[in-house]
Amino acid sequence: MFDFFFNLHPVIQGLLKGLAVILVIFPLAGACSLAERKVSAWMQGRPGPNRAIVPWFAYIPFLGTFLQRLGVFHLMADGAKFLFKEEPVPGHVNKLYFVLAPALAMMPAFTTVTVVPFGAYFDGAGQVIPLALANVDVGLLAVFAVSSLGVYSLILAGWASNSKYPFLGSVRASAQLISYELSMTLSVVPVFLWINAPGTPGTMSLAKAVEFQSLPGFWGGTWFIFLMPLSAAIFLISLFAETNRQPFDMPESEADLVGGFHTEYGAFKWSLFFVAEYSHMLVGSGVFTLLFLGGWNPLPWLPLADFVAWLHSLGGAAFVVHPLFVGVLSIALFLGKVLVLIFIFMWVRWTVPRFRYDQVMKLGWQKLLPLAIANLIFYALAIAFIQK
Amino acid sequence: MAIIPLERKPLSLAERTYLPAILSGLKTTFARLLRPIETMEYPEQRPAIPPGYRGVPTLVKDPNGREKCVSCQLCEFVCPPKAIRITPGEIPADAPTAQVEKAPQAFDIDMLRCIYCGLCQEVCPEEAIFLQNQYSMSGYTRAEMVNHKDRLYELGGTLPDPHLKWDKKKAAAEHGNTH
Repeated sequence: MFDFFFNLHPVIQGLLKGLAVILVIFPLAGACSLAERKVSAWMQGRPGPNRAIVPWFAYIPFLGTFLQRLGVFHLMADGAKFLFKEEPVPGHVNKLYFVLAPALAMMPAFTTVTVVPFGAYFDGAGQVIPLALANVDVGLLAVFAVSSLGVYSLILAGWASNSKYPFLGSVRASAQLISYELSMTLSVVPVFLWINAPGTPGTMSLAKAVEFQSLPGFWGGTWFIFLMPLSAAIFLISLFAETNRQPFDMPESEADLVGGFHTEYGAFKWSLFFVAEYSHMLVGSGVFTLLFLGGWNPLPWLPLADFVAWLHSLGGAAFVVHPLFVGVLSIALFLGKVLVLIFIFMWVRWTVPRFRYDQVMKLGWQKLLPLAIANLIFYALAIAFIQK
Repeated sequence: MAIIPLERKPLSLAERTYLPAILSGLKTTFARLLRPIETMEYPEQRPAIPPGYRGVPTLVKDPNGREKCVSCQLCEFVCPPKAIRITPGEIPADAPTAQVEKAPQAFDIDMLRCIYCGLCQEVCPEEAIFLQNQYSMSGYTRAEMVNHKDRLYELGGTLPDPHLKWDKKKAAAEHGNTH
């Protein structure tokens, strides 16, 4: 089967891999929306969605009830509802752009996934081969460049809606994106200053960042969150702002803008915006995991290679060193960390109230940006001193 | 009144970052996440009705199965939103409770008008109408929301009656004492 796959034309291989990743991301984003509802419910002392059930599942004695209480079927019910609902297109909108905006929202959200490595395996020589749709050297730059395009869909949606609140929402979205993009980019520069030691080929690859966190020794195995906690904090806060999550969800802010940029949207078009937001969150959490949380390494100072070797010595079974097993294990570890981060996103959302718009701007320009610059200067000097 | 001057301390650096406050908030929400759920899931779980609750007004029978209402129409007159409509009727002379003389021929309570004030219960000299525990009334049409006599007795059931005044009255009349 593997030979058959690897003998296919590279374009078809790429298409299949891309399809597989989309088939994972799309339901995962949907599942995140359900998780959001459940987490918010539990934090407020409610049971959350727990009624929908498919008749056949009701006959399964224990599992059926458990899944029903967990609200799993609400996920399908929601999806089906969004698909079959009437698609309202208000009369005053610019129809072409109105329809184009949600589609445009999905594109950067899915495109950024291509350059994010989500696992790794070892070839015969013990070399780490990252699993990614496109393991390119520009890595992080590509993520930043493409994910910023996501804001165009919000602007387009606000403009096409031809109504005040969506327009205000989209203006806020673009202002917020510009403000936080700066500190976000500046906060990760120290990481790549550290990776790109003088005399080595320069790279912005995310896989390289993980490789640097799986080196032997105390400093080699340290995750970058311990080496550069301030960078990590600035990156995480900017990530909240970039993905328009509470407390930074200015573009939506139901309290003052009705629904923000998607006020005029409904049914499937609205759900596309929703999925795009969660995909951005997933990719953002993925990038954070790769840069600061050691990617697919199970624990700090315990790289994947050592972990697999330890498993092998424990059980002695041959399959644990098989590339397929290692690949699946690394993907599971990586996804686990991403999901923990997603939980933190939700946790913060249901704890901190939404900022005022001027507070968001003040935090971005007057606090985070100077902090990010100071952080960069400090690490630039420190790294220059160490790597001299 | 004593005035207590409070010293307003400037915020410390940690306080100005708001991070300690946010962290303590996160702790609160996480603790909440682990605590049991407090929702009462309504159709399956019902609240305990406290005594003295004023639910849907109902008509009751005494332990002997006699309808207690004598259609005096006091409740009809006292009802502020005019929800009650009574058509008085006679009890035939050969009935075992002929001494009561009157009973309602029709007794309708329009639940779309009723304000659950309980004045009908308070005014009733026969203790025949009670606001009991039922709190949920629903229907698809206006007509469905009018409780007729049979429905009112079905909702009301039988309540204990310590007096049985009409039985005593009948016994007294048989012993020659008209009071």
